[in-house]
Amino acid sequence: MFIPSKTLSLGGLLRRPESGTFLGLAVVFAFFTWFGGSNFASPTGAASWLNVAASLGIIAIPIGLLMIAGELDISIGSMVPAGSMTCAIVSGHFGLPIAVGVGAALALGALVGLINGILVVRTAVPSLIVTLGTLFAVAGLLLGLAVLITGTTSVSLKAGPEAKFLLGQFIGGIYQVTIFWWIAAALFWGFVLHLSPWGNWILAMGGDRVSARNAGIPTDRLTIILFMCSSMSAAFVGLSQAILYNSAQVSAGQSYIFNAIIAVVVGGVLLTGGYGSVVGIVLGTITFAVVTQGIYYTGFDANWSSLIIGILLLGAVLLNNTFRKMALSYSPKTGAGS
Amino acid sequence: MTAPILALRGINKSFGPIDVLHDITLEVRAGEVLCLLGDNGAGKSTLIKIMSGVHQPTSGIIEMDGRTVSFATPRAAQDAGISTVHQFGGTFPLMSIGRSFFVGVEPTRGWGPFRVYDRKRANAIAVKAVQDMGITRITDGDRLVGGLSGGERQSLAIARAVHFGARVLILDEPTAALGVKQATHVLRIVNEAKRRGLAVVFITHQVMHAMAVGDHFAVLIRGAVAADFRKGEKTREEITDLMAGGASMASLEAEIEGYMASHGGHPPPPTH
Repeated sequence: MFIPSKTLSLGGLLRRPESGTFLGLAVVFAFFTWFGGSNFASPTGAASWLNVAASLGIIAIPIGLLMIAGELDISIGSMVPAGSMTCAIVSGHFGLPIAVGVGAALALGALVGLINGILVVRTAVPSLIVTLGTLFAVAGLLLGLAVLITGTTSVSLKAGPEAKFLLGQFIGGIYQVTIFWWIAAALFWGFVLHLSPWGNWILAMGGDRVSARNAGIPTDRLTIILFMCSSMSAAFVGLSQAILYNSAQVSAGQSYIFNAIIAVVVGGVLLTGGYGSVVGIVLGTITFAVVTQGIYYTGFDANWSSLIIGILLLGAVLLNNTFRKMALSYSPKTGAGS
Repeated sequence: MTAPILALRGINKSFGPIDVLHDITLEVRAGEVLCLLGDNGAGKSTLIKIMSGVHQPTSGIIEMDGRTVSFATPRAAQDAGISTVHQFGGTFPLMSIGRSFFVGVEPTRGWGPFRVYDRKRANAIAVKAVQDMGITRITDGDRLVGGLSGGERQSLAIARAVHFGARVLILDEPTAALGVKQATHVLRIVNEAKRRGLAVVFITHQVMHAMAVGDHFAVLIRGAVAADFRKGEKTREEITDLMAGGASMASLEAEIEGYMASHGGHPPPPTH
């Protein structure tokens, strides 16, 4: 009996979920290196897109896992400012230790995620609608409470040196420390999705929820946990930005909704669930960040970047569909006939 | 004759005011294929769902090994050894063969929180289980399930049920969506399952397929068992007539033959 060995082959690479993204990123990178010149390729140029990619990437990975599991969470758009405002109000306005502020922001994220998850699991209302509801509810609550407590919509926050070192420093003056949190998050989620048994449960849940439940997978609990992770990740990005920029605003973060979805879909995750990879989401995030930041290094008007993002998204989806079909129709040539 | 593994005694099922099943009594024995025949809407699906724990009967009892049981969930029925394979295999098209084979019971290696899914072992066991059932064309556990043919997918699902110790295998129209050659593969797998001593409930409306593997036949009409007979007791025509609601198929044939006899061998012209 012939069993194909797992060596690196071109065909094998092309059948992976992130192959389309990788090609897209290569094209985008080449494009901006060509038109952006040495400034884009410099450490400062790299920092500009790495900083953007890091905070988006920390949110995009759990959003991608939710999408692989067949769900969607757009309430992150409110959770980013909610995380930064909670941290700033607790530690800035009331002057409590920064650890309390960080804990409060993460706890709020866990709570909103729990509500999202329980509503989705119990009501069977599509998660897009449920999280659209919590998106507005959290935004309204945040604005109302912020004005009620502080009288303004912007709160300043002076974090101590330890908090600055961990969450809010610029390494070498240009690289946000968030980049390392992003790398840690990517390694953690990569382990969960691709190596641990839970990853198999997430893939199975997105492929066929009823069969997965019948196979003994705790689909409800897993869904709730994933919603809690995405909300907490958004709150984490929010609080780290508050610490970095020494202040928090009520209205900052709606752009994360579409940006995260674009990064995830460009990264080869199937919108209907059951297929995708963490490497793909990371590459999709980088692609998005390179396009939005790289444009400033070219001679073009920055307004063109949305056009590129739009075309890129459509191109990536078509490419990903093609590669997924290739993966589906693949069978080893063993010469066993028909 | 051995005692039945699974027996239904006087099962009734109604959804609100609608009675779907009336007084169904059936038995399945180890190493035996029970073919459940019936036209669309005869109540076959509801009956399967009762056996696999999706629905609970309104009245009547289910016995396993002579003891009364009740399945609150599909999971409970599975734990008791009843596995159901649906028409399209019920598997995950974008997962690899190895991963989908072990959904929920993943083999792992390593320790504590660093236990990792053992891809090599999962693939090897899955491929061996399918090959043991006679599908030798599946050699790579990394292939996606969606890339397999319909027959191969059915075979994979049946191999999975057998591997995880099913004693009763319920096959819901496994051959309905398949071509002739693919259907033959699946029928061969059904025979293999039977040879291994599983009790098989084979749901179909294709009499040919039923006759190829069945030991025992039950015809459902409008939610009741209209006929219950063993292999060789009825011809194919008789079974088809039964399924179509008794004499109606025969009278249609007689009508056409009568027309042709009186019109010099021409069939009736099409009416528009």
